Amino acid sequence: MAALAISEAADGRRVLALSGRLDASTIRGVWTDGRKAIAEATGRRVVVDASNVDYCDGAGVAMLVNLMQQAGPGKLQVENLKPAFAALLHQFDPERLAQDLDPPAPRRSAIEEVGVIVAGVGQDIRDQIAFIGETAAALAYAARHPSTVRWKDVGSICERVGADALPIVALISFLLGVILAFESAIPMRRFGAEIFVADLIGISMLRELGALMTAILLAGRSGAAFAAEIGTMKVNQEVDALTTMGLDPVRFLVTPRVIAALLMTPLLTLCADLIGLLGGALTLRTFSIPFVTFVHEVDSIVTFSDFMAGFAKSFVFALLIAGIGCLRGLQTRAGASSVGDAATRAVVSGIIMLVIVDGLFAVIYFFLDI
Amino acid sequence: MARDDEPIIEVRDLTAGYDDVVILEHVSFDVRRGEIFVILGGSGSGKSTLLKHMIGLDEPSSGSVVIDGADIVVAEGDARREILRKIGVMYQSGALFGSMTLAENVRLPLEEYTDLDGDEIELIARMKLELVGLAQFTGHLPAEVSGGMQKRAAIARAMALDPKILFLDEPSAGLDPITSAELDALIKRLARSLGVTFIIVTHELPSIFAIADRVIMVDRRTRGIVAEGDPRRLRDQSDNPWVRQFFRREPEAQPA
Repeated sequence: MAALAISEAADGRRVLALSGRLDASTIRGVWTDGRKAIAEATGRRVVVDASNVDYCDGAGVAMLVNLMQQAGPGKLQVENLKPAFAALLHQFDPERLAQDLDPPAPRRSAIEEVGVIVAGVGQDIRDQIAFIGETAAALAYAARHPSTVRWKDVGSICERVGADALPIVALISFLLGVILAFESAIPMRRFGAEIFVADLIGISMLRELGALMTAILLAGRSGAAFAAEIGTMKVNQEVDALTTMGLDPVRFLVTPRVIAALLMTPLLTLCADLIGLLGGALTLRTFSIPFVTFVHEVDSIVTFSDFMAGFAKSFVFALLIAGIGCLRGLQTRAGASSVGDAATRAVVSGIIMLVIVDGLFAVIYFFLDI
Repeated sequence: MARDDEPIIEVRDLTAGYDDVVILEHVSFDVRRGEIFVILGGSGSGKSTLLKHMIGLDEPSSGSVVIDGADIVVAEGDARREILRKIGVMYQSGALFGSMTLAENVRLPLEEYTDLDGDEIELIARMKLELVGLAQFTGHLPAEVSGGMQKRAAIARAMALDPKILFLDEPSAGLDPITSAELDALIKRLARSLGVTFIIVTHELPSIFAIADRVIMVDRRTRGIVAEGDPRRLRDQSDNPWVRQFFRREPEAQPA
């Protein structure tokens, strides 16, 4: 235990006699009392008599330093502290400890802050567009020099992006077909128009939902994975190693991923289209529309250009998702949390870009009358 | 054939930093052909920054880094590749590609830069790994071997194309004394027999005294070079007490 006895010396100095053990578990009360005793003795000199201190660790030293700070420069002397503990105390300069040697940077005004954010967003959009351009240029180069592409990597990435994604794409698109059919068949039945549900499913799946759902799933699965993989390589200096080997990280890391996404996304979209239709067809059977009728109805209404409208989009979506995922990975700075940020940003900006580009497609198709 | 004391790297008036913080200011020095050149300094002194600028990873705010006659700061495209072909870099963390085995890591630069057959590349990769004592681990992935082994494999990869200049970032940190001494011997052998120039960032004093021909010391407070020369002479005769203390491992050092 630690104890504190306060007395007044003949020469007007106040004496704080500390005794016992000064460590983090014992000094709480002594520290408070000591501070109070110093506050009462404003302007006077104070002596801490430590001759009966048996033990004093970092916490005890912190208390002594704090008392010195409180008394003011030169006003407090610590006497008779055992040399071993005094050595700990003498490492510190109470005045220096009171200074903030790393003051926070001056804060920007609210207007400046807004400006910085807006400029950041603008820069980010420019970066994304520039990177998509760079990726397209790298693809064009790969098309002219196919031997420079690392096809082994492309193969393994295709497996992860394509084959491994098939179950989830199948499940989601099947359920999408079922839900669309069910939700629309109930009101349609009031008019005896259940058969038109087939048209609705056919057109919406093929033109829009098949490609869009596949792309959103791709953004969540592969876009995030690309960002995390490349981000980790960046943190581990592997990207630096490529650069100093004179090997372009875009050709090495981005091109195989984008090629894999470009090959797999349209295939997945095709599967999503068909499985979505299947889900709709099965649901309509419960509304006593046979499979053959469903197929015939879809065949008579849905045109080839409807199918191509969705299919063409899937290539653009693939380029966007894979490109943005890789860009976010390459933008990773230091530290584990920045890899997480890269993955998050890949998904968020991927989906935002998807929606924007899908909107553009809708406008273009409208004017082209497709 | 170039003369031995002719500089292979000339750093001139290099000023560098990140965002608003200047880390190095007007730094100039030469590295001579075939020497073992050590960059020293306390933590946060700008050693790694200097290294990054010398290998062209970061762009300085001003100044030039001329490597074997060509300035890496302004070189682009094929000219840049030509410079990078002459250098090998071993990163502090090893930076091996995690999805490839040690042998595949060493093969990669050979596959990308040469038109040798698979068997020939295989042999060269094997020999490089043999040099660093990893012949039994050629088929292992980086994650399956220890940190010290990863580092040695990274040196093997940096040497794959027999570059004229090798940059090593803290090569012996985390190695046991015996492996570290073997590494020193390897560096010395390569420098003496093949004329490879080494630029090494390290803190290991025994290793510095064993191999370094010349050292420079960078310091955060002066944002530049505080001492340059033979490490033994700096230890015994430097005018700067901080430099002498650094070499003698004495505490409480303040730069003059």
